[in-house]
Amino acid sequence: MNVTIKLFAQLREGRFGVENSEVPEQSRVKDVVQSLNIPSDHVKICLVNGKDTGTDHVMQNGDTVSLFPAVGGA
Amino acid sequence: MKIYRINMSNLSSTIEEVPDEWRLMGGRALTSAIVAKEVDPACNPLGSKNKLVFAPGLLTGTMAANSGRLSVGSKSPLTGGIKESNAGGTAAQRFAKLGVKALIIEGIPPGDKYYCVHVHKDGVNIKEETELLDKGNYEVIKTLTDRYGENTGVMTIGQAGEYKMSAANISVKDPKGHIRSAGRGGLGAVMGSKKIKFITLDDNDGAGIEIADKEAFKNAAKIFNKGLLSHPVSGDALPKYGTDVLVNILNEAGGLPTKNFRRGNFAGAEKISGETMYDTIMERKGDPTHGCHVGCVIRCSQTYNDKNNKYLTSGFEYETIWGFGAGCEVDDLDIIATADHECDDIGLDSIEMAVTMQTAMEAGVISFGDGPGILKLLGEVKEGTPLGRILGNGASFTGKAYGLTRVATVKNQAIPAYDPRSVKGVGVTYATTPMGADHTAGYAVTANILKVGGFVDPLQKEGQIELSRNLQVATTFIDSCGLCIFVAFAVLDSGDVAQAMVDMVNAQYGTKSSIGDWFELGRTTLQTEKEFNRAAGLTSKDDRLPEFFSEEVPPHNAIWDFTNQELDSVLPF
Repeated sequence: MNVTIKLFAQLREGRFGVENSEVPEQSRVKDVVQSLNIPSDHVKICLVNGKDTGTDHVMQNGDTVSLFPAVGGA
Repeated sequence: MKIYRINMSNLSSTIEEVPDEWRLMGGRALTSAIVAKEVDPACNPLGSKNKLVFAPGLLTGTMAANSGRLSVGSKSPLTGGIKESNAGGTAAQRFAKLGVKALIIEGIPPGDKYYCVHVHKDGVNIKEETELLDKGNYEVIKTLTDRYGENTGVMTIGQAGEYKMSAANISVKDPKGHIRSAGRGGLGAVMGSKKIKFITLDDNDGAGIEIADKEAFKNAAKIFNKGLLSHPVSGDALPKYGTDVLVNILNEAGGLPTKNFRRGNFAGAEKISGETMYDTIMERKGDPTHGCHVGCVIRCSQTYNDKNNKYLTSGFEYETIWGFGAGCEVDDLDIIATADHECDDIGLDSIEMAVTMQTAMEAGVISFGDGPGILKLLGEVKEGTPLGRILGNGASFTGKAYGLTRVATVKNQAIPAYDPRSVKGVGVTYATTPMGADHTAGYAVTANILKVGGFVDPLQKEGQIELSRNLQVATTFIDSCGLCIFVAFAVLDSGDVAQAMVDMVNAQYGTKSSIGDWFELGRTTLQTEKEFNRAAGLTSKDDRLPEFFSEEVPPHNAIWDFTNQELDSVLPF
């Protein structure tokens, strides 16, 4: 199945901003994180289709996954 | 410490002892206590009964990291209620080093003359000012720095303050000679009403800061400092990307208000994001990170250069970029930076003006997406044309002038940067803070979006009332210490950092109070502010969002669904 992976802030460094990715059915977000060589504790926020899920979430075809390190402001 | 008091009615000044009741207050707690005690809540904010109060925080001037914020208080010409707005820059630490706990300015001089005020160790000098009238803040700061030297603190109003516009701010020179602002609530208009163009501060030979237990202070300050630097938000993300790092996350979460709050995401978000800003700054040889005051270890500010690598603006914040960007459907960071520069120079709150531009677009004065049109309208404000005077009085005033109902304000103050329907915790703050819509008053974006201090689902009502209440109380204490709000990331995530913050205050003032005791100062300050607002005529009906927020907002089709009873339970005093 196909999912869109978006990386932000420092997670982009040496990687990409947005990419479509073929992943096996039943893949979890953490599988993608691992395949991108992102240390799991570098992902603070994981949104799937704009909603907070955590990286154990099982993805569906067509999902957009947005991954962030710790960010903040006001 | 002393209170410096100026009476502009007869151009006199006095130096007073600090009353006992104010000894353990600073920043917002003190400005609100003074305004509540000395200002008639029913007065005209631009009349002679109103007062303008400046106060450094409890910790300002010490070695505590990020403690150099200045609180400015008054009755607001924008909200009609009490106002505290705080800023970094070069003023707060000079007040503290002079031993000045507060500067209170009252009265209005007869006649049309303008004045300037110089604050120093023996008191103040008040002189007539002619040369810098009608000038923008950048020229005022440059001229005064040339005249008095680099080491002089400056607070100034631009043309907007001279016109007494409700969006006028008070600008404070920062360590690089750029501008920070006590932005919200029209305090620049109050300074203009008192016919003061600028205030300079010289802390030479000041009394200095007294610390009851220096060793205990030093130990606590070390833990506090380390806590800020080791937290990933204040230690890594903010120094690199600044606050504009929030564009992408709010956009992805569907909480980035777009086209005057019609959608929660913006097609042009990437072009105005913190990541793009960082790359642009580096490419143009700007500076991605510096502090707004001496002793800031977070350094979220930056200098943003234009295409010719020349200085364009600094202190270029997420809320400004959101407002002139996504809010107006403008995806050109250079135009937004120019609008930020113009707001700083004219002396306008860039949040109020950004929402005002969205409102002007709603009215059809210019079209959504018309970046050059925004700059043209800011020019009208600077010139003081009739249209400029409508816009310069803010979003509510502009909405009324054009017969609109889709106007994003609470208590007439513009709603910033986070859709209250899809980031519900901050919506509760917008509705209920005594300040009028203000994200910093109880920044529930932390737990709603950033997962700092726990997680409360931004799309559900559960937990939001309590979250907003607790943050409003804690923030009021942080504002009273003169600490930057960004210390809150580490304070919320670490009990040790929170304890160190309180240990510093105890060590300085010789007190032995608990965190709970000090947060009580936050609660009583909020109570004082609400009492002032009630006496000024504000009621629970003013603690509401505009009706149009009952519409669904894509992408999550979220609605604003808090009952009046729920909102009235947030600050039930």
